[in-house]
Amino acid sequence: MERNLRLIDNPVDRLARTIEALLVIATQPLSADDLAAACDDNADRVETAIGLLASRYREGRSGIVLEQVAGGFAFRATREAAEACARLVERPAQRGLSQAALETLAVIAYLGPVSRPEIARIRGVAADSAVAGLMERGLISEAGRPGEGGAVRYAPTPLFERIFGLGSLAELPRLDDYGGDAEDLRARLESVAERRGA
Amino acid sequence: MSAVGVRELDLDLDAFEGPFDLLLTLVLKQELDLADVEVAEIVVTFVERLLESSPLDLDACGEFLVLVSSLLELKARDLFPDEEVFEELDPDEAAEELAERLAVYRRFRSAADWLEERLETESDRFFRIGPAPLAPPPVRSLKPQDPQGLVAALRGLAAEPAEPSLRHLALRFPPVTLFLERFRAVLRRRRGFVFDEETDQLSRIEQAVAFLALLELRKAGEVRIGQSAPFEPITVWNGT
Repeated sequence: MERNLRLIDNPVDRLARTIEALLVIATQPLSADDLAAACDDNADRVETAIGLLASRYREGRSGIVLEQVAGGFAFRATREAAEACARLVERPAQRGLSQAALETLAVIAYLGPVSRPEIARIRGVAADSAVAGLMERGLISEAGRPGEGGAVRYAPTPLFERIFGLGSLAELPRLDDYGGDAEDLRARLESVAERRGA
Repeated sequence: MSAVGVRELDLDLDAFEGPFDLLLTLVLKQELDLADVEVAEIVVTFVERLLESSPLDLDACGEFLVLVSSLLELKARDLFPDEEVFEELDPDEAAEELAERLAVYRRFRSAADWLEERLETESDRFFRIGPAPLAPPPVRSLKPQDPQGLVAALRGLAAEPAEPSLRHLALRFPPVTLFLERFRAVLRRRRGFVFDEETDQLSRIEQAVAFLALLELRKAGEVRIGQSAPFEPITVWNGT
């Protein structure tokens, strides 16, 4: 009994409980600095407390999982509960993204801030409706203009990183690593030509 | 597939669904923005349909090439209206430039594919999304205050304010008779006086009333009035 009481009074444990509370009320990931400021405590101790929480809230142990995503920490549901969650809530932000939207999103994620004319130059088609759709979904946001009279530029939002499970944009695969399979169209055409030849 | 069949080619694109013929009509009538049309998809659809027919229909291929190349030219002009770059390039350079752009595009197309796969693998991660961003707590800019000082300040505010003076609002005219009497008394003692000296200490209103009294005395013939020049002192003598 005495031992238990001492555990509860452990300052790191108390800090962990506070962080737990903050993560429950937060609607977006909180960085270690955000948490340290809200707890009025130092960053090292907050990191320790987060470690404690991460071991408690993990897949297989809890229905709530602590994940490091979009530059911060956030609670999410365990993957185990995904089906039940899907029956309970809609996810309009990521549902039914068209190929055009995904390509536009890719350009913005890699090159952002980037303007609509720049996106159109890369994709060879106008990006207006794709950009508007991504804005509405909250996956991208306006990121200012390059100068007086320049076109509005767009950048990915933290929600984009969160939905795609990225700790930060740096976790996107390097653009140079996309190689041969980009010859997809040509391959399809060639395979048709071969079949005709046969 | 005959040459006529080319025009009936069924298309299923992001921006358009229907026969090729209708697509061309809509583009020419400018009811469909060519920028939204993926010409590559049209080509692939055609080639796949070509596979189904046998033998190879050269008429259909010819017609298709003509239609698609004009479509591509229209689209290119549409996309780069202000760009002279292609006109300055010789065909080899232009081809290189095009290949370069295609290579860049293909990278992003692959990136889009990666995002799509990622969306699939991450689809079982559910989390709460709030409508509002976290607002920073309001900053208190007031310095710490001494309670006694606040009490004093409040007390001052709570006190009944003094009745404001209305004196300046009402002009009080002394009676003309007051000055009639005063001037008669002076003239009983002396032969004459200087009006300005006599009224020097009075307010402007009193001076005006005193002047009225003076005119009254002059009218009654009790005094004589003299002034050496305009705005000079007025001298008053006993009129009798």
